[in-house]
Amino acid sequence: MIPFDYRLAPDVDGAVAAATGWGGVAFLAGGTNLVDHMKLGVAAPEVLVDISRLPLDAVEELPDGGLRIGATVRNSDLAAHPAVRRDYPVLARALLSGASGQVRNLATTGGNLLQRTRCAYFQDLSTPCNKREPGTGCSAIGGYTRQHAILGASAHCVATHPSDMAVAMAALDAQVTVLGTSGRRVIPLVELHRLPGDEPHRDTVLSPSDLITAVELPPLPEGTRSLYRKVRDRASYAFALVSVAAVLRVEDGVVRDVRIALGGVAHKPWRARRAEDVLRGSPVDGSPADEEVFRRAAEAELAGAAPLAGNGFKVPLARNTVVSALRGLSREER
Amino acid sequence: MDSEIQLRVDGRRKRLRVDTRMTLLDALRDGIGATAPKTGCDHGQCGSCTVLLDGRRVITCLTFAVAHDGADITTAEGLADGEWLHPMQRAFIERDAFQCGFCTPGQVCSALGMLAEVEAGHPSVATDDLTGPVELTDEEIRERMSGNLCRCGAYVNIVDAVRDGAR
Ligand SMILES: Cc1cc2nc3c(=O)[nH]c(=O)nc-3n(C[C@H](O)[C@H](O)[C@H](O)COP(=O)(O)OP(=O)(O)OC[C@H]3O[C@@H](n4cnc5c(N)ncnc54)[C@H](O)[C@@H]3O)c2cc1C
Ligand code: SF4
Ligand code: FES
Ligand code: FES
Repeated sequence: MIPFDYRLAPDVDGAVAAATGWGGVAFLAGGTNLVDHMKLGVAAPEVLVDISRLPLDAVEELPDGGLRIGATVRNSDLAAHPAVRRDYPVLARALLSGASGQVRNLATTGGNLLQRTRCAYFQDLSTPCNKREPGTGCSAIGGYTRQHAILGASAHCVATHPSDMAVAMAALDAQVTVLGTSGRRVIPLVELHRLPGDEPHRDTVLSPSDLITAVELPPLPEGTRSLYRKVRDRASYAFALVSVAAVLRVEDGVVRDVRIALGGVAHKPWRARRAEDVLRGSPVDGSPADEEVFRRAAEAELAGAAPLAGNGFKVPLARNTVVSALRGLSREER
Repeated sequence: MDSEIQLRVDGRRKRLRVDTRMTLLDALRDGIGATAPKTGCDHGQCGSCTVLLDGRRVITCLTFAVAHDGADITTAEGLADGEWLHPMQRAFIERDAFQCGFCTPGQVCSALGMLAEVEAGHPSVATDDLTGPVELTDEEIRERMSGNLCRCGAYVNIVDAVRDGAR
């Protein structure tokens, strides 16, 4: 690991100021992804600005019934927060299905959003990777692709975003507050992460001195249900092969509100708008007949899927997981 | 770049100079000689480096020591009262919950951190009702302890030990 300059951020504005004007700067939150990358040589910042002690560690219930989550709130504290457990079960379950208890006690909201892909070639300095070293090529294409994308990938990168939390937040229409050198701005969570295109080294629309300060969740109307389904290679402590965050409100036997996001399938949390369009306004009564519309919705979304040699299984897996998530919600299962 | 930090480790105050690149795990083991936490994977994947940091279980291999100035740390060694082992440590012995013992200090710290989470009513992904009380079933123990791998595969007895130690 190359030596770096460590600075404890004095306050929120000071954090941004300390990170401005440096090429190789990074904010240090829980460190569970960044320190790993520094050990591997994937990241080599010259300056680390420690934001872990900033007063961004509160979860506040907003007057409109929504929630403001500070950027340094630990994943464990967020999952355990009474308002999250009561009003946003999709988020609590997404968090609790990620990593382990002793990792979640360090991991933060901001760091979780900005964690980088688990593509094995990205983490291995001995192999070409356009995300790590632009222009060197993509080792995954034609290589091991079990963990890789089926939607929105490019000829330059087929990596997936590994976060569970971000998938739940995408389905919840979360808004991300960012403080940068030119002030504060709000970015819809679904626009925070990018598709790889021809610039896979850019995971998000942020620049290095942009500090995430909070994530806000709008309130869910009375009668809305939500859940998170994660499918992985072992029962616990593994990243998602496919995951589904779903939010559903059925009134008088008709779908009034539905929001679905998929994890493990794309370079970003994948909001399934096509599936939502099929579902909105459809009759749903908790009977086996619902299955048909759920399947049509999932298939509409996955019509554009382009699986790779090693991950064709993800297409039916994603379809079945969407159907099972919707079935669970329409029948009040978890 | 070096930095001076202060830690309280197993009840004793320690002042030490650390290279900013030093992980908390290396500071404990090499800087202070607190060798109960073990270097397993060194990448956050096995849990053998788990300690209680200000009372909460954390891995120590993916966090820099310099970021923890002033922290209060309990390693598995600090759980015992001299020769008198902590009930969770005794449960591991009585249940034969290890073979080589390499993962055990992390398992024991993790188990105690986990029990405090259960005590506080925090659900896990294995909990049916997110807002209800938590009952420490074997399924809950397995899920909540999944961040601690055991290369010797003593899992069945570890679940027994944690169940006993929770009493
Ligand atoms: C063994 C293991 C298993 C895991 N399994 C899962 C899993 O199943 N599901 C899952 O979702 N995750 C999983 N994770 C990933 C884990 O959730 C992330 O490592 C963690 O959330 C990152 O948060 P952090 O605070 O530690 O981030 P850090 O490592 O501190 O930072 C990560 C990145 O975010 C930047 N950053 C952090 N905070 C901010 C901010 N406020 N503003 C701007 N930039 C910021 C940093 O500069 C860095 O680039 C796993 C991790 C490990 C080690
Ligand atoms: S998929 Fe992306 S991250 Fe993985 S090797 Fe290809 S370019 Fe690198
Ligand atoms: S050594 Fe820290 S988790 Fe394996
Ligand atoms: S007892 Fe040997 S690794 Fe667990």
